[in-house]
Amino acid sequence: MADHAVVADDEVDLSRRKFLTTATIATGAVGVAFAAVPFIASWSPSERARAQGAPVELDLSKIDAGQMTTTVWRRSPIYVVRRTPDMVARISGHDAELKDPTSQYSDQPPYARNTLRSRTAEFLVLVGTCTHLGCLPKQRFAQAELYPSWPGGFFCPCHGSRFDLAGRVFNGSPASINLRVPPYSYPDPRTLRIGVDEKGAA
Amino acid sequence: MAVKTAPDAPAPLSTGVVAEPAARRFWAWLNKRMPVDEFITSQVTDYFAPKNFNIWYFFGSIALGVLVLQLLSGIYLTMFYKVGETTSFDSVEFIMREVNYGWLIRYLHSTGASAFFIVVYLHMYRALLYGSYRAPRELLWLIGMLVYLALMAEAFMGYVLPWGNMSFWGAQVIVNLFGTIPGIGPGLVEWIRGDYGIADATLNRFFALHVALIPLALLLLVVLHLAALHETGSNNPDGIEIKDKAGRDGKPLDGIPFHPYYTVKDVFGFGVFAVLFAIVLFFVPTLGGLFLEAPNFEPANPLSTPEHIAPVWYFTPYYAILRAVPDQRLGALLMLLAVSAFLFLPWLDRSPVKSIRYKGWMSRTALTLFTVAFVALGYLGLQPAEGLYVVLARIFTVIYFLFFLLMPFYTKLDPVKPVPERVVYHAH
Repeated sequence: MADHAVVADDEVDLSRRKFLTTATIATGAVGVAFAAVPFIASWSPSERARAQGAPVELDLSKIDAGQMTTTVWRRSPIYVVRRTPDMVARISGHDAELKDPTSQYSDQPPYARNTLRSRTAEFLVLVGTCTHLGCLPKQRFAQAELYPSWPGGFFCPCHGSRFDLAGRVFNGSPASINLRVPPYSYPDPRTLRIGVDEKGAA
Repeated sequence: MAVKTAPDAPAPLSTGVVAEPAARRFWAWLNKRMPVDEFITSQVTDYFAPKNFNIWYFFGSIALGVLVLQLLSGIYLTMFYKVGETTSFDSVEFIMREVNYGWLIRYLHSTGASAFFIVVYLHMYRALLYGSYRAPRELLWLIGMLVYLALMAEAFMGYVLPWGNMSFWGAQVIVNLFGTIPGIGPGLVEWIRGDYGIADATLNRFFALHVALIPLALLLLVVLHLAALHETGSNNPDGIEIKDKAGRDGKPLDGIPFHPYYTVKDVFGFGVFAVLFAIVLFFVPTLGGLFLEAPNFEPANPLSTPEHIAPVWYFTPYYAILRAVPDQRLGALLMLLAVSAFLFLPWLDRSPVKSIRYKGWMSRTALTLFTVAFVALGYLGLQPAEGLYVVLARIFTVIYFLFFLLMPFYTKLDPVKPVPERVVYHAH
């Protein structure tokens, strides 16, 4: 009795079956990839977190010369230092001891890519988290506070990174770039606005 | 079989319930639908383990016991813990002070975490001693390493949940490690945190991963670890395959049934462990800041870094390696390599023998130096990163990596001793 369903093994066209299997798996994989998008995207900062990351303002007249104040922008402490002429003078003269004296590899807006790493000599604005692993560097502004040749700056207690009074990192620190400078602007000479500059909000 | 009908012979477990006809009928009904009997026979009563196990072979089953302890105490903690930036710290204090026996449940969980790592490190060290990672147990070793990695993720996220100041800064340091990945780093860090800093969003997702996803993965991996173990059978202190010497009945001459011999031994071992565990739990639950650090009894403060950030002791060897390198990207990379180096052991060890008993002075010296380096790095990771500590950390980091890098050479050149035909066993 002839049975039309039975085909000898060597007559089965396996290439068609293989093609269909591959096509089905590929289509399924594309579907899985698309289905994963909302789950992955849900981890990005929410609308609320983004709204809370809006620019913040600081009244500069409340900072005395030689003092530092800390404000918060986008959950990061922002260090604002009112440098005295003496502190500004202590920023030069140790370029050879720095990893990135000209801020070539560091993260800052173009107007802070200079020796003093700021718009004006007087005010230094930095993101107060160590570029190594995010601890808060402590102020060690006095000359020779850490060791005799110390010009004054910041010291991170976690892993020992050292920065000068322009936030530039010293050789021998685990951090490899200078302290970050956030975008900032002066809407008027007394006010500092962090998180927004000529280019717009960050 | 004659044994079954002998009146004074202990009946095998599978037929131990035959006394009641109804029970016997139920047993038969069950086994027709699910191979319970077959499973117990093949995996427990007729599963043969080498008869020459020593004290090092306690830690696998103790680890399983601690896993159960962590699951139970963890489930109870979720009944009282309230995840959230403003509620987490207070709810842990509530558990500690006001929930009936809350302090016990919390300390069971936090002390259990450290106990887990002690037991797992000893379990892994056993494998280093006796070459348990060697063929045919490479996959068993790899799955075990995945268990270890999952355990590290579980412990890290669990430490964030009380939202103490060390929770916060530990999370900050560890999450920022991902920022050192070239290109995608900064974006990846923001995605992991779900905010511009470690925040409520971060805490919430770590909670979800800690109580649901990672425990599920851990359980699956443990089942796979046991499945792989029962396929190859256990190694032993002599590193001899007991399956190679079978008796006329086809059973290994140097093997004994897992039940009752090793079930009894393991229960006893867990009892001894439980006594030691209880001493720590009731008298020194924080072990002087080693199991729970003092800054974690203060609420998280994003504007105040603790004077000295150190992870809990079980991460400190890797942390010391991270800090020993004066470059953040290289430091993070070396830390990752230090953890994953163990994965390659089955292929790095070229010795003709498995066990340290028959290895020569080269392998013995290498393992001794590695042990010293690992413990020393663990100590240095707890100390501040300054002066002599950094120099020592660099020396021990070099030793740590030389143990792995030179292994193919010293294991091959090593003058090994002859391995006996049968396992060394002295009846007690």
